[in-house]
Amino acid sequence: MPDSAPASTDRTIELRVLRYRPELDGHPFFDHYTVAYSDDMSVLQGLQVIKDSLDSSLSYRWSCRMAVCGSCGMMINGAPRLACNSFLRDLAPGPVTVEPLENFPIERDLVVTVGDFVKKIEGIYPYLIPKTARRLEEGEYLQTPAELAAYESFSDCINCMLCYAACPQFGANPDFIGPGAMAILQRYNGDSRDGGQQQRLDRIHGEDGVWSCTAVGLCSDVCPKQVDPANAVNQNKTKSAFDFFLRFLKRETGQ
Amino acid sequence: MHLVTADILILGAGGAGLRAAIAAAQAAPDMSIALVSKVYPMRSHTVAAEGGSAGVVQAHDSFASHFDDTVSGGDWLCEQDVVEYFVSHCPAEMVQLEHWGCPWSRKADGHINVRAFGGMKIERTWFAADRSGFHILHTLFQTSTKYPAIKRFDEYFCVDLLVADGRVQGAVALSLSTGDFTAITARAVIIATGGAGRVFRQNTNGGIVTGDGMAMAYRHGVPLRDMEFVQYHPTCMPGTGILFTEGCRGEGGFLLNKDGYRYLQDYGLGPAGAVPRLKAMELGPRDRLSQAFWHEEQKGNTVSTPQGAAVLLDLRHLGRAKLLERLPLICELAEHFMGIDPVTQPIPVRPAVHYTMGGILVDIETKAPLAGLFAAGECSSVGIHGANRLGSNSLAELSVFGRVAGEQAALFAGNAPPPDSRSLGALADSIAAEAVALRQQAGDGEQHAVIRREMTETMEKGCGIYRQGDQMQATCDRLAELKSRYRRISLADKSRVWNTDWTAALELGFQLDIAQAMAASALARRESRGAHQRLDGFEQRDDVHYLCHSLAHFRPQGPPEISYAPVTITRSPPGVRAYGALGQQAEQAAKESSHA
Repeated sequence: MPDSAPASTDRTIELRVLRYRPELDGHPFFDHYTVAYSDDMSVLQGLQVIKDSLDSSLSYRWSCRMAVCGSCGMMINGAPRLACNSFLRDLAPGPVTVEPLENFPIERDLVVTVGDFVKKIEGIYPYLIPKTARRLEEGEYLQTPAELAAYESFSDCINCMLCYAACPQFGANPDFIGPGAMAILQRYNGDSRDGGQQQRLDRIHGEDGVWSCTAVGLCSDVCPKQVDPANAVNQNKTKSAFDFFLRFLKRETGQ
Repeated sequence: MHLVTADILILGAGGAGLRAAIAAAQAAPDMSIALVSKVYPMRSHTVAAEGGSAGVVQAHDSFASHFDDTVSGGDWLCEQDVVEYFVSHCPAEMVQLEHWGCPWSRKADGHINVRAFGGMKIERTWFAADRSGFHILHTLFQTSTKYPAIKRFDEYFCVDLLVADGRVQGAVALSLSTGDFTAITARAVIIATGGAGRVFRQNTNGGIVTGDGMAMAYRHGVPLRDMEFVQYHPTCMPGTGILFTEGCRGEGGFLLNKDGYRYLQDYGLGPAGAVPRLKAMELGPRDRLSQAFWHEEQKGNTVSTPQGAAVLLDLRHLGRAKLLERLPLICELAEHFMGIDPVTQPIPVRPAVHYTMGGILVDIETKAPLAGLFAAGECSSVGIHGANRLGSNSLAELSVFGRVAGEQAALFAGNAPPPDSRSLGALADSIAAEAVALRQQAGDGEQHAVIRREMTETMEKGCGIYRQGDQMQATCDRLAELKSRYRRISLADKSRVWNTDWTAALELGFQLDIAQAMAASALARRESRGAHQRLDGFEQRDDVHYLCHSLAHFRPQGPPEISYAPVTITRSPPGVRAYGALGQQAEQAAKESSHA
C-alpha cells in the first residue's frame, strides 16, 4: 500500500510499465497507467498506487523505501535506478517508462532473477579471513580511522545490482563476476584485519574474472551509494597482474 | 508439495535469524539448518536500523548502569533476570560482530567508538556511521555463507507452522518464483520474523514488516505478550515515516517547535543546555519525546507540511564535516527525499510507529510455551524492553538472543525425536490447500488493499501516542468487522508465479490478528505506562493492578482473550521514572535511601 495518501493534487503522470506473466503472456508488453502524484512521490509510490487501486496483478520487489535494502532496482526511462529514490516530479511531464533491470532474466513483470548474483557474492569468500586469530576475551582488533577508510566505501554496497544492469560486459557474458561482487571482494581485501587476499585473487584471475572488465565505468556512474565498483575492479586488475607476474617469477626461479 | 528434512528450521533471515543460524552451525556442525526468508537476507528490515547497538565498554560504565537505564526506560515492565543476562552479554556480541568484519566506527587509537543515545546515562552505543543495522546485517549474511550446514530458502514465504502431537515440527512455505509449496520438517523451529509496525499508517518499517511469525505462533496457541506497547520514534519523515536516527540527537541535534524553541524543556526533560546532556532533553526516551510532540501539536506549536504537522530537527550547528562523517545517510535522505540540506536547514520531523515491544512469549532461553519452538529478535518478547524500548537495545537484542536461540534450538534438536514425515505430509497438504483457496475464492469482490488501509487508519486512531477507552473500543470493533470482510476478499490475480497480490493478502491475514492483539491488550490495560498512555482517567501508572505483563490468547472466533502474568523483579523495585534535572534528583534520592 502507499505509505501515505497522496497530497491532494490534480497533476497526473503516465507510467508505461513492462508486463510479463509467464503463465499468461507469450511476450513482454507495456501496460499504461495514469496516476495522480504530488511532489514527494517516488516511482515506487506510483507503482503502489497502481497495485492498490488500478491493477493488483502488477508484481515488483520493494521493502525499505529509503534506498538501503536494495530491492527495488529497475530501469526507469532506460536507466538503472532505485524506484524508491526516483521522484515523479523529476520525470514530469512523462510518460515514465518502467522496465525490469537490464541484463537479467525476467521472472515476472519487474521481478528479475537475483540468485546468480548472490552466488557470485558467495563465491568470493565474502567474510573476514583473519590475518591473526583473536579470542573474544581479547577484545576488538584495532583499526585506525584511516585503515577503516581504505575499504569503508566498498562496504556500503547494498547489492541492488544497478551496476550489473549498466555493465556491457555482464550483458555480453553473464558469467562475468561483475562490479558488485568485485566491490565486496575489495571490501575484504582492503580490510587491515583480513588475510584472505590470495584466496580471493585466485577467484578472479580467469576469463570471467577481473580481466573481463573493459573499464567503461558505467557501474560507478549508476551506483546509488557511491561505492565506486570501477575503482574496486581497477585495484584488483593491478593486483591480479602483479600476482600473476610474481607466480611466474617463482615458477621460473623454482621457488 | 516438495519435502525437505532439516534438524533446525529458522523462519526469517534478518539479524536474529542469521545470528541464530550461525550459532546453531557452530554449536552443532553436523546438523542441517534450513533458513527460510520471504526476501533475500540482505533485504531484511535489520538493514534499516541506523543508530547503533548497545554494549558497555567504557571504564566508567557498568552493567548495573545499562541495567538501570533499560529497566527504568521500560517503566519497570522488564524481566529483570533477562535484562541482567542481556546487558552482561552485549559487549561480547559486539566484539564478535567486529571479529566477523563489521566496520564499526573507530577512535583515533583504533578502538571502537561509542555514541550517546536516548535514555542511556553513559555513551555505550556502538555504531557504524548511521548505517549500523545495514552493516550488521551484511556482516552476518556474508559470514553465514561460511557454513555449509546452513541451507537457505530465499524468497520462500512461510504460510503456517506444522504443529502435531503437541510440538512444532516444521513449516510450510510458498516459493515466490514458482508458486509451489515446500514442507520443511524439523526437530526445532526458531521464529525470527521481525516486528509488525506496518499495521499502522505512518511507520518507519519496510513493507515486509507484517508480523507473519508472531501471527503463526499466536494462532497455534502461543500467547503474545505486552502487545499494547508500540513504540513511536519521535523523528521521522512526515508522510512516509522514513526514519531519522536517534543518532542525530546523540551527536548533538536539537528539536525545535515553530518558534525555534527547544520545547522538550516544558515536558520534564530540561533544563536545556547548549551541549547534549545524557538522559535529558533531546536524549530523553522515545515515548516521552513522542508524547511531547503530541502536546505541542495540541498547543498549535508545530509547523505544517503537506503531510501534516511537524517539529524541526536542527543539525545545523554540527557542521558539514561532522554530519558527513557521522550521519551520511541522514544527509542523503534529507536531500533526496525532502530537498533539504541539513547543513543549512532544519529537517521537519514527526513521530511514526517504529517498533513492536511485545511479541511471542519466550523465556530467558528463547523457548516459547510450545515444545520445539523458539523465537528471537523483534518478533519475540524475551522481556528486555518492557513498556518502552531504549534505542540501541534492539540490535543488541537480536545479537545476544539470536545466538541463544541458535544454541538452544541445537540442544533441543539433539534430544528430540525426528518428525513423523508421513503424518506431517497430510497436514502440509491441507495448509497449502487453504492458502490456495484464498487465491482462488470468488469472494464478494472486495480488494484487500482497501481493508489494509482501513486497518492502518483505525490503528493510528485508537492505538496512537495517546489512547482513550472509547476510541480503542471503536478500533477493536472495526478490526472485527475488517476480519469478517477479509474472509470474503477477491483476488484479481489467480496466477502462481510471483503473485504478490496473493502474498500481500496472506500478510494482511497475519496483520489483522496482530492488530487485534494490540488493540485488545491496549483496551484492557487501565493505566498509563511507557508507550501506553491514556487520557480517559487512567493517566497514572498503577503498580497495584498493572505491574504485570499482558498475554493475548488467540481465539478463532471473536476477539483475543487477555490474561496477565507477573513481572520478574530482581533488584530494581518500581521507582520514579524521571529524566533531566528531575531524573538526577530521583537518582540522588534513591542513592541516599539505599545508604540509609
